[in-house]
Amino acid sequence: MSDLSLMVNGKRVSGTAEDRTLLVHFLRENLGLTGTHVGCDTSQCGACVVHVDGKAVKSCSMLAVQASGSSVVTIEGLANGADLHPVQAAFKEHHGLQCGFCTPGMIMTATDMIARHPEGLDEATVRAELEGNICRCTGYHNIVKAILAASKTMAKGVKGKAKQAA
Amino acid sequence: MGIEGVGARVARKEDKRFITGAGRYVDDMVVPGMKHAAFVRSPHAHAQIKKIDVKKAQAMPGVIGVLTGKELKADGIGNLICGWMIHSKDGSPMKMGAWSPLAVDKVRYVGDAVVIVVAETKGQARDAAEAVEITYKELKAVVDATKALEKGAPQLHPEAESNLIFDWEIGDAKATDAAIKAAAHVTRMKIVNNRLVPNAMEPRAALGHYDKAEDHYTCWTTSQNPHVARLVMSAFYNIAPENKLRVIAPDVGGGFGSKIYIYPEEIVCLWASKKTGVPVKWVADRTESFLSDAHGRDHVSTVEMAFDKNNRITGLKVDTIANLGAYMSLFSSCVPTYLYATLLSGQYDIPAIHANVRTVYTNTAPVDAYRGAGRPEATYLLERTMEAAARELGVSPAELRRTNFITSFPHQTPVIMNYDAGDYAASLDAATKASDYAGFAKRKAAAAKKGLLRGIGMSCYIEACGIAPSAAVGSLGAGVGLWESAEVRVNAVGTIEVLTGSHSHGQGHETTFAQLVNERFGVPIDSVSIVHGDTDKVQMGMGTYGSRSGAVGMSAIVKALDKVEAKAKKIAAHLLEADEGDIVIENGALKVAGTDKNIPWFQMALAAYTAHNLPGGMEPGLKETAFYDPSNFTFPAGCYICEVEIDPETGTTEIVQFVAADDFGNIINPMIVEGQVHGGIAQGIGQALLEGAHYDASGQLLTASYMDYTMPRADDLPSFKVSTSNTPCPSNPLGIKGCGEAGAIGSPPAVINAITDAIGITDIAMPASPSTVWAAIRAATKH
Repeated sequence: MSDLSLMVNGKRVSGTAEDRTLLVHFLRENLGLTGTHVGCDTSQCGACVVHVDGKAVKSCSMLAVQASGSSVVTIEGLANGADLHPVQAAFKEHHGLQCGFCTPGMIMTATDMIARHPEGLDEATVRAELEGNICRCTGYHNIVKAILAASKTMAKGVKGKAKQAA
Repeated sequence: MGIEGVGARVARKEDKRFITGAGRYVDDMVVPGMKHAAFVRSPHAHAQIKKIDVKKAQAMPGVIGVLTGKELKADGIGNLICGWMIHSKDGSPMKMGAWSPLAVDKVRYVGDAVVIVVAETKGQARDAAEAVEITYKELKAVVDATKALEKGAPQLHPEAESNLIFDWEIGDAKATDAAIKAAAHVTRMKIVNNRLVPNAMEPRAALGHYDKAEDHYTCWTTSQNPHVARLVMSAFYNIAPENKLRVIAPDVGGGFGSKIYIYPEEIVCLWASKKTGVPVKWVADRTESFLSDAHGRDHVSTVEMAFDKNNRITGLKVDTIANLGAYMSLFSSCVPTYLYATLLSGQYDIPAIHANVRTVYTNTAPVDAYRGAGRPEATYLLERTMEAAARELGVSPAELRRTNFITSFPHQTPVIMNYDAGDYAASLDAATKASDYAGFAKRKAAAAKKGLLRGIGMSCYIEACGIAPSAAVGSLGAGVGLWESAEVRVNAVGTIEVLTGSHSHGQGHETTFAQLVNERFGVPIDSVSIVHGDTDKVQMGMGTYGSRSGAVGMSAIVKALDKVEAKAKKIAAHLLEADEGDIVIENGALKVAGTDKNIPWFQMALAAYTAHNLPGGMEPGLKETAFYDPSNFTFPAGCYICEVEIDPETGTTEIVQFVAADDFGNIINPMIVEGQVHGGIAQGIGQALLEGAHYDASGQLLTASYMDYTMPRADDLPSFKVSTSNTPCPSNPLGIKGCGEAGAIGSPPAVINAITDAIGITDIAMPASPSTVWAAIRAATKH
């Protein structure tokens, strides 16, 4: 057993976990953050993607103790209070989800993808970068659409802010 | 159509919880005192169980119970059953082998459940499962259905000689043989429909809770039909009478057929909860899902299609061997029979059809319905054969299909189905136009300049949905009726709850069903709640599969809404001192037609509950129930066109264009319908290009993880061009046909027809992976 202390969705949390506990299980079972899902055992499906220190990470591929000292954001922490994150809003608007099981991982991956491409995204790039997230319901068509739309919305937001700053 | 009514592109009400991480799936459920289960599964495809030693496991840290099949049988838990009786052509009933929820004497496939371990944590349960010692005597295994029928093949069940479950036929053999004999041309094919694993992203799970004080069980489970689960667990598996068993299917992460069936794990978790005195939760890991979820397809067929000199089909003869795996899953028998052979007429006017189907036990996971269930197999067989015939006859594939289309309705096929409405030429025209079919030669030439092989393929599918008229399926062997129920509760403030026996596991019922209510009463969809998935809340219902929730489930809601409307109008007429026949419902109010006299909807509802001033003899309240039993199947149909470019150096196939033109009848929410088509096409392309469940000769599943079984990824697929036309279904009040399975049914032959066109060959195995395509190109160039 190991003690760990980390920031999760902006709050300091500490706890004890078996050394073999994966981050995803710590989030789900110890913290009750069940929005992060487990869809496979081989780190292929991406249902468990969260952000660790600002980067998208499959939370099944790291131990909970490895996250000690880090800052983790899960799907539950993405919205700004009652306001949906633009990626969440785009998934709803463009019907980018059906059963909802892969959705948290998709949204966390998409958010990271958009942040890494401030120059904007095209369909081929979005499809290539979704390699690590599997969806069985949507055929990806509307997920791709939602990510492209969110990317545009967020770029406008950044430009708007830049203008304001100027 | 209002902005939230029928036909509107309304964003989904249920999305908020899913996009914020607030969905509630079985694995998210926590019950006080809950413990965790792991199953010990057979590592052998076929073996006798000589000895089970649980002592070491019982002594492991955190272990609460280690339970075996012997104890389960001693407690009277029943064997799993197949609920659809099929008789062989000699009149004998299908041969159902015994399937104990925990194997007792023998295991018959890798993954067969043998022992359950319950422990404080999931990790401890798994550790202890590894410490269970089982001595097996290995037996020879057989995984191929054709080989299983051969003399000397390993025998799975004493009940089924030669592993044959049934030998069934449909249609007129004599007339078909005569048509083939007299034909101007006969196209002959061997068609293999590859075995698939459904792979809903949420793995199966069960949480069983026995309440000793109440002598009552609750089961949270990943089910498409919780009421059917309760019925079967009560009536056949002897868990408890229905009033002492509550089944809850909360948010369910996809089903695709695989979550229709009641599996050993939910039965065993309920039983183990009583045995151990603690609530028991089990969640499959992905490899367990691969091993033990019901698989789909796995047919091998031969087909002969006879044509006259005008290229009109005169007869179709089919012989199919269907692999049903080690045991008969709940609806396994109807998939390769009444959901398959009854669709062999396709969109074509075929005067004589005969199909023979043999189903076979093998040492593989049970096979049952997977998205489309029988209809993809029929469509693949027909549409591959049509394409081959067009090439043999030297005519355009589009024109050969058009020549043979059924054009007048109703149309009685020689294989039971009575098609009620359709316009197949309209779909064909829409698809050829959207794909610029006529301009293909230019694109092929341009691709050739880049060194790429370009091909085009089409598929004109039909399916039977709206499953199904109860008396009809009863006469064909179904153990249940396939009606649906609905209850509409208007609250005193005018808000509405709709309780439905349908279950949504991605289909968006919370939105579309509310749109239906909005259309009728003008109540905003936010004031309409859809309740489903809990046998304690919702009256008996049959669940969601076979694209039935619109055509059957919503029709039941319509019937209940009709009753609510009739009573609401009576109340309004009484309060407005008008004639009941003059009351109309508009913009959220009940009005006297042609006047400005009206009463808002919520006031009428309040009046129903205050009951201060109701028409004489009327009961207070406003709540109605209805059951709807369809009078016919529905017949969605369409045309899909796929265009591919193949790199001959690598064998990689790129889908450069995919067009779908579907006729689903009337549509409630086009956005949701398009989503269903996209997802279905992705699964169909997956079957054609990527997916295949492979067992080695000893019965080990070689494709038991996402590292080995190729799920379609975003970069394997293009964006799709989808459109719909509409010939309303005449048999249900909404004119709906259903859209859930079409994509998976229509797309595989379109893809394979395109690939074979590109390479210039007759056939290629699915999945047409790069290595298979590369080898086919090499073989074709040699000749």
